Amino acid sequence: MSAPLYCEVLPGGAGWSMRVARHRVLRLTALDAGANLSALLFNASQPLDRLNVPDTLKALHTAKLTRGHVLMSDMGHALASITEDSLGWHDPLGGHSTAAQIERKFGIRNYQDFRNDRHRNARDNFLVELAKSGLGLADLVANVNFFSRIDVDDEGRMQFAANHCPAGATLDLRTEMDVLFVFANCPHPLAPAGEYPRARVQIDLRRAEPPGPHDFCRTFRPECGRALALSERLFL
Amino acid sequence: MSTLIYTESPLGPEQAVYRETILAGDGWFHPVKAGQTLRIVDLEGNQAADTFFFNADDVKERYSAQDTIREQGAIYLTTGTKLMSNLCREMLAITADTCGRHDTLGGACATESNMVRYSLDKRFMHACRDTFLLRMVLSGYPVTKRDLAHNINFFMNVPVTPEGGLRFADGVSEPGKYVEMRAAMDVLCLISNCPQLNNPCNAYNPTPIEVLVWD
Repeated sequence: MSAPLYCEVLPGGAGWSMRVARHRVLRLTALDAGANLSALLFNASQPLDRLNVPDTLKALHTAKLTRGHVLMSDMGHALASITEDSLGWHDPLGGHSTAAQIERKFGIRNYQDFRNDRHRNARDNFLVELAKSGLGLADLVANVNFFSRIDVDDEGRMQFAANHCPAGATLDLRTEMDVLFVFANCPHPLAPAGEYPRARVQIDLRRAEPPGPHDFCRTFRPECGRALALSERLFL
Repeated sequence: MSTLIYTESPLGPEQAVYRETILAGDGWFHPVKAGQTLRIVDLEGNQAADTFFFNADDVKERYSAQDTIREQGAIYLTTGTKLMSNLCREMLAITADTCGRHDTLGGACATESNMVRYSLDKRFMHACRDTFLLRMVLSGYPVTKRDLAHNINFFMNVPVTPEGGLRFADGVSEPGKYVEMRAAMDVLCLISNCPQLNNPCNAYNPTPIEVLVWD
């Protein structure tokens, strides 16, 4: 594998955003067990064109995300494709943590007393990173949670799967247009109370081959192929 | 199939202060005051009523599906469900439900998602998102596409399987079934009576719904 163009390690609690060009691979690696990376994706050229979790799940007939799946916008575009996945299940249902939940589960650790070991939450991280791109609360739509798993029982109850993500788990996202990624490396909102988890996540960015006609994601389902075709129309 | 709990309402239609029929493919964008009760009736059965809410005093506060299901720890909506905002505040609470289960994972149909889901030539079929956008633009309220997040599908049945699959199952609704909710704040209610013809969410035959409001 080629040397990454860029590499970053997100400490537990961190927020991060970056505009990534089309046809790059963002490899996410859970450096510690129990990682959870809450994520939003936007068309970097037109942020009104943004990740739509229901449209993605409906098109794929799935309530989990894994290899072959394409993350879709509300305008029918493929934003990014999951080209590799060592874990097999990433959560699109559970949403993200807020200051009130983090306080309920893990207690308050403010900056005054704890400096950069304070307890951070995904909502505030999202809002800060969105603001850096001129976006705000209106743009904070449903997110996905990489490295976490939520099981749903027959009654519809949601159960957080403990010990789902081992250290070293990886996920590859190939951009199908210029994408603004917004990440919050914060505890899953349904994670159990106790010690505030601080699993680190590494990001490696590399160039990717454009998906050909027999690409795994393009052919995974016909819906994936059509979403990729609609993204390709943006570059005619 | 899980347990469905049916709760009847004591309210009589003759006491309603507002009553309107919404034809299939039409929309409705209307204020509901704090303390008022809104009922949506599936007049002919198996008709998806795509529904979204804004705080009437500050439209940046809006319905949030993920906040709603996370706070109750379950994905289906029924009696007792608090419909939560993106600021994690209660907007309305479901007080009666003769259908037993409603979806908030599936979002609304759009012309673009129809292209992805069914075929690129489905672009010109009517879709809920067009109804939402037209109602928002014509309303005079300061709401745009940017303010539209994903909605509730009253009367729609979208079960999640143990393997993590998502199914669009046969409806659990029937003619005359209704769902009722009491507003905890002044809200604007945006409804698209779903025109989808490509899947069974409307039993391939979109039909009218009725909305009623009580003080």
